[in-house]
Amino acid sequence: MPAFSDINPIVLFFASILTSNILLSNFLGTCSFIAISKEWKSSFGLGLAVTLVIGICCAICWTVLQYLVIPLGIEYLSFIIFIIVIAAVVQMLEMVIDRYSPSLYLSLGIFLPLITVNCAVLGAVLFMQIRNYGFLQAVAFGFGAGAGWWLAIMLLAAIRKRIENNPVPAGLKGTGITLIVIGFMAMAFIGFSGMIAVQ
Amino acid sequence: MSGKYSTIIRDGLWSNNPILFQVLGICSTLAVTNSLRNTFIMTMGVTFSTAFASWNLSLMKDFIPRKVRMIMQVLVISFYVIIVDIILRAYLPEASKQLGPYVGLIITNCILMGRAEAFAAANKPVASFIDGLANGLGYTAILVGIAVVRELLGFGTLLGLRVAPANFVPMTIMIMPPSAFFLVALVAWWAKSLGIRKAAWKQPRQAPSAAR
Repeated sequence: MPAFSDINPIVLFFASILTSNILLSNFLGTCSFIAISKEWKSSFGLGLAVTLVIGICCAICWTVLQYLVIPLGIEYLSFIIFIIVIAAVVQMLEMVIDRYSPSLYLSLGIFLPLITVNCAVLGAVLFMQIRNYGFLQAVAFGFGAGAGWWLAIMLLAAIRKRIENNPVPAGLKGTGITLIVIGFMAMAFIGFSGMIAVQ
Repeated sequence: MSGKYSTIIRDGLWSNNPILFQVLGICSTLAVTNSLRNTFIMTMGVTFSTAFASWNLSLMKDFIPRKVRMIMQVLVISFYVIIVDIILRAYLPEASKQLGPYVGLIITNCILMGRAEAFAAANKPVASFIDGLANGLGYTAILVGIAVVRELLGFGTLLGLRVAPANFVPMTIMIMPPSAFFLVALVAWWAKSLGIRKAAWKQPRQAPSAAR
């Protein structure tokens, strides 16, 4: 198994989409995943926003970590620093999107603030820290993890749309059947695991 | 007064249990449920931070401007999570290493924000503390149950000690991610059917009065 720090960034990008999908193998971001996937359109918007946020946050947090946190020796504060960076990035992204693309802002608007507390963002940043990625790898990992989350939520939204008209036991309706579907999706994604090994 | 607290405790442990009825906060802990020991440590961390963060935010609620409330909640929560992380590193270094990033992920656990927003923002500090504690314990109970099933069937062990007979064949699926989703789904199914049956029991009693 290669060390985490010398994987080709391009390989890492695809690996974090398919073989170690942040949602299906690390359970991160499940809450908003279940809540939002009822609707196909909002899933698309949220997935896009999450991908952007994770990618940008990984890049910024990597820089802050290497040039501020480690030289100053304040690693014990890293959780707070990361969460502030994430909140700031989300806020900035909100402002930028509002300024340049009001129509996208309208469709994403309500979800943007919630991304701050999406486990997938902080999770990706913490994985990036623990695995000692280089800058390019951190960025590739960030966008890959986001794209993986996006792919998973789009798939789930499409599946849920089909389930709507099927006879599901009353007690299993809603969250229950969704969790079972996610379980099957996770099993399907295990099928990719032989391709690239990152973990 | 004590009646109020017992309602809060019952809500957290059962009738409004964060996992059974809200399916919140499974993100950060589900990943470690293939080991009973790690699950226990994680859920204790969640309980501790939920209780204290709720208490603290309830104390501060009158001073926080509405606009920055969310970021203040996150900061207070991360303060307590950092305490948990430091304690784990000092006293249980091995478990801390195994849990890796998941301890930090307690910050974004939906239960903490959820309780801060739904309860602590409108209630007294002591009541908020009890509410956080009860929700944390309700969460602990379910996840420890899931961890027992996963570790027992997946490795044939409990807390690392071998309990299954020698000819027991471990079910690999139980230590892989999908089984956690299935088990949570089963538990939620069971809880929801209980609720439905309860409602069906009440129905006939209400029906005659409605007819009258």
